[in-house]
Amino acid sequence: MPTKFSKIAAITATFAAAALLLSACGGQPSTGGDPASGLTGAVSADGSSTVAPLTEAAADLFRDVEAGVNVTVATSGTGGGFKAFCAGETDISDASRPIKDEEAAECEANGIEYTQIVIANDGLAVVINPENDWADELTVEQINTIWAPESEGVVTNWNQVDPSFPDVPLALFGAGTDSGTFDYFTDAINGEEGAIRTDYSPSEDDNITVQGVAGDLGGIGFFGLSYVEENADVIKAVTVDGVYPTVETVQDGSYTPLGRPLFIYVANASYTDKPQVKAFVDYFAENAVAVAETALFVPLTEEQIATATEQLATLG
Amino acid sequence: MTTVASTGGPAIAPDRPTPPISYFAGRPRPGEFVIRLLLRIAAAITVVTTIGILIALTIPSIGFFAEVPVIEFLFGTRWAPRFADASFGVLPLVTATAWTTFLALLVAVPLGLGAAIFLAEYASPRLRKILKPLLEILAGVPTVVYGYFALQFVQSTVFREWLQLETGAFSVLAAGLVMGVMIVPTIASISEDAMSAVPQAMRQGSAALGANRMQTTLRVVFPAALSGIVAAIVLGISRAVGETMIVAIAAGNQARLVANPLEQGQTMTGFIANAALGDSRVGSIEYDTLFAVGLLLFLITLLINFISIRFVRKFREAY
Amino acid sequence: MRIIDGTIAGTIRTERPIASGTNGERRPAALIFLVLLWLSLVVAFGVLIALVVTIIIDGQGQFSWRLFTEFPASSPDRAGARPAILGSAWVIATTAVMTIPLGIAAAVHLEEFADKRNWFNRLIELNVQNLAAVPSIVYGLLALAFLSMLGVRDKNIVMAGALALSLLILPVIIIATREALRAVPSEIRQGSLALGATQWQTVWRQVLPSSVPGIATGAILALSRALGEAAPLLVLGALVFLSFDPNGLLSGYTTLPIQIFNWTGRPQEGFHALAAATSVLLLFLLVIMNGLAIFIRNKFQKRW
Repeated sequence: MPTKFSKIAAITATFAAAALLLSACGGQPSTGGDPASGLTGAVSADGSSTVAPLTEAAADLFRDVEAGVNVTVATSGTGGGFKAFCAGETDISDASRPIKDEEAAECEANGIEYTQIVIANDGLAVVINPENDWADELTVEQINTIWAPESEGVVTNWNQVDPSFPDVPLALFGAGTDSGTFDYFTDAINGEEGAIRTDYSPSEDDNITVQGVAGDLGGIGFFGLSYVEENADVIKAVTVDGVYPTVETVQDGSYTPLGRPLFIYVANASYTDKPQVKAFVDYFAENAVAVAETALFVPLTEEQIATATEQLATLG
Repeated sequence: MTTVASTGGPAIAPDRPTPPISYFAGRPRPGEFVIRLLLRIAAAITVVTTIGILIALTIPSIGFFAEVPVIEFLFGTRWAPRFADASFGVLPLVTATAWTTFLALLVAVPLGLGAAIFLAEYASPRLRKILKPLLEILAGVPTVVYGYFALQFVQSTVFREWLQLETGAFSVLAAGLVMGVMIVPTIASISEDAMSAVPQAMRQGSAALGANRMQTTLRVVFPAALSGIVAAIVLGISRAVGETMIVAIAAGNQARLVANPLEQGQTMTGFIANAALGDSRVGSIEYDTLFAVGLLLFLITLLINFISIRFVRKFREAY
Repeated sequence: MRIIDGTIAGTIRTERPIASGTNGERRPAALIFLVLLWLSLVVAFGVLIALVVTIIIDGQGQFSWRLFTEFPASSPDRAGARPAILGSAWVIATTAVMTIPLGIAAAVHLEEFADKRNWFNRLIELNVQNLAAVPSIVYGLLALAFLSMLGVRDKNIVMAGALALSLLILPVIIIATREALRAVPSEIRQGSLALGATQWQTVWRQVLPSSVPGIATGAILALSRALGEAAPLLVLGALVFLSFDPNGLLSGYTTLPIQIFNWTGRPQEGFHALAAATSVLLLFLLVIMNGLAIFIRNKFQKRW
C-alpha cells in the first residue's frame, strides 16, 4: 500500500507535468494561421524610454508577420542601453541621442560594429500641469533658469522665474542620468551635457514624469513629444521661444533647440548572423512611418526615409 | 508537545510484518549515512545564504567606500549618486525611510494592538477562529496591489480630490499609511500570541479583586505580555523598513530631506528599486552604490531583528 | 480531558470566567474601550474592503479574455497580461521544485537529527529566523551579485527569478515544516524506534507522512507569498516588454506583480484599469491558493 506521502508526491508530479505541458502549448503563436516563413529566435533591444514605445509598436506589428520571433524591449535609458550594446548583450540599442565618443570607443574596443539608423523625429517637449495658465510660453532662458545647476536649492518658486508668475512652488520632474532625453535636454538648455540641478525627481521612465507633472500644479517636466500626444489629457506642452512642438514644426526644424532625431543602433554582427534580427530591423525600417504614426511619434521626412533605405542596403 | 495519552497499539501499519529481532537492530544502514549527510547540507545552505548575502553586499561596498568616505555616506545630506556632480550622502534616503516607518507605525500599532486585545481578551473562541484568518488576509495582499491602492485611491482620490490637500502626485504620507495597514497583521498576531500566553490565573485574580475586563487587560495582561508586544512592534518596524513596492509606486523618486509628509521622498528601498531599473555595469560606482545602500538596509534590519528575537525569547521564558 | 488550544505556553483555557453584565463592564470607560477595539477591527477591515472595491471598480472595463490572451501593447485597448501570467506560472513552478525539497530536508535535519543543544545548530536556527525577516529586495541583490559573479549577462531568465524567490521563501518553508514535524507526538517516534527502526526509517515512514498536511499548507502559503513578490525580480530585470510567451528555464519572463507595477506607473487611465484588473486576477489566484492550503489543513490535519 503506497504511503500517503508517495500518493501526494504522485499527485504533485502530475500537476507539475500538466502545468509544464500547458505552458508548452502556450508557446504556440497567438495569431491564427501559419507564420509567414516560420522564423524563430530572439531579438533583444534596450535603451531609451523615449524610443521604446516605437520599438514596442514595431514588435507588436511584427508579430503579425513573424509570430515565432521573440522580441524583448527593455528600458535602461540611452546610456544604459549603450553599455549593454557595447558589451555585446543586445542586438538593438534604442537611443534618443547620438552615440557618444566614449561609448563608440567602448564598442570598438569590444569589436562591436554598428549601424546608426534614424527611425523617427522627436521634439523634446517641456510640459506643465494643465491648470498652469501662466507659463504657456517660455523662453529658453527661462527654462535654463529653472533647470540650471546653479539654481539648485535657490530657484524654488515660479515667481523667481518671472516676477509676473504667481507664488507657486516649483515641482521638478524629468529624465534620469542614463536617459538620452536627459543628455539632450541638458546639452540644449544648460549648454553642457549632464549639467543640471540635482534636486528634482529623476526617472528613466518618462511615465513617472508624466504622473508627477500631472499631479502637481507647479509641476514642470521634459520628455519626448510622443508622450505629450499620449497624455494630452493630463499635461500640456509649452511653446519654446514662440514655437509650439508639433509634427510639422519638428519636421521642418523650426522647433529648436529641442528638435532631435531618434535612432536605433543595430549591431552589424547580429544583423548578418541572425535572420530574425535582419527581418525585424528590415520590417522596422521599411514601416518606420506607419509605426511612428501608430505610436504617435513624428515620422521621418522623405529625405530621411531615402537615407535610411540606403543605409540598410549597405548593411545587408 | 501535547499530552494526549496514546491509545496503544503499534504505530506502524498493520499489514507490515513485525521486524525480526536483530542483533544489528538500530545500526544505521550505509545509505542512511548519505541521506543524513544530504540533510545536513540542506540545513547548511541556510548558513550559506546568509554568508552569501554578506559577501554579495560587502564586496561592492568595499569598492564604494574606497571612493566615498564613510562619514560622507552616513552623514551627508545630498544624495545625487548618478549625476556628474555626484554626492553620496545617504541621510535623505534614511529620513524618508524613517518617515514612512513612523507613519506606518502610527497606523499599525493602535489598529494592531486593538485587534490583538479584542481577539485575545474579548472574542469568543468561535469569533476568534473566524477573525484571525481574516486578519491574515491583510498580510496576504501583494504589496504591488497596496502600492496601486496608495497611489490611485489614497493619494489621488482621498488626498487630492476629497480632502483637497496640498500635495502632488506622490507623497510619503500615502505610502506610509497604507504600509501601516499592511503590517497590522504582523503586530496583531504576535501581540495576540503574547497576550494569550498570560496565564488565566492572573485574569481570574484580577477579576476576583473587582476589576472589569478593560482594567484587567490594561493593568494586568498588557504589562505581563509587554515583551511580546514589544517584539511584535519591533518586527513591524523591520517589515516597514524593508518594504519596497509601496514606496516605489507611491512615495516618489526625489531623494530629499523630507520635512512635510505630504511631499514626496525616496526611501532606501525605493532607491534600490529605481536604480536597479537602469543599467549599472559591474564595478562601476553606480553598481557599488546600489550594494552600499543594500548593505546599510540589511544591517539596519538585522539589528532590528536581533532586538525583536531577544524580546520574543524573554516573553517565551516568562511563563 | 485537558484542552490545549495551541498557544505558545499551552495555556489551559476554559470558558471565560470574567462575567459580563456586572457593573464593572458597563462603566463608560469600559464601553468606550470596547468601542475602540471594535473600531480598530472595523478600520483594518474597512481598508481591506476599500482596496478590493477600488480595484474591482477601476478594473471593470478591462475584465475580458483579452487580459489572458493578449500581449502588452502601447495602447491599453489592445494590451493583455498573457506573458506575465505564463511567466508567473513558470517562475513559481521552478521555485517550488527548487525550494520545497530543500526546505523540507533542512527542516528534517534541524528538527529530527540535529543536536539541539549544540551551539552551531542553535546558530542555524537563529539564522533561519533572521533570514525570514530580511527585506525581499536584498534577495534580489543577492541573486544579482551571484549571477554577475558567474558572468551571466542577461539576467532576465526564469532561473534567475526562481533563484531569488527560492532563497526568499526557503526560511518560511523551513519554519512551517518544523512546526508540522513538531506536532507529531514523540510517542510515535518512540514506538517506531522501540520496534527496531532506525532514526531515518522513523522519520521517512512515520513522522513525515503524518506531517504532510502541515508541510503542504506551509509550502502553498510560501508559494503564494512568492507569487505576490515583485521587488527581488525588479532588481533582476523582470520589468521588460515581451512579445512572446515565456517558454523555458532560460527564457525571458515577466510576472503578474511586475506587470501591475509597470502599468501602474503609466499615466494613462486605461493602463490603470489594466493594472486594477490584473490585481483582481492576482488576488483571485492567491485566494485559491490560500483556500487550498486551509482546506488541506482542515481536512487532513491529524488530531493527535
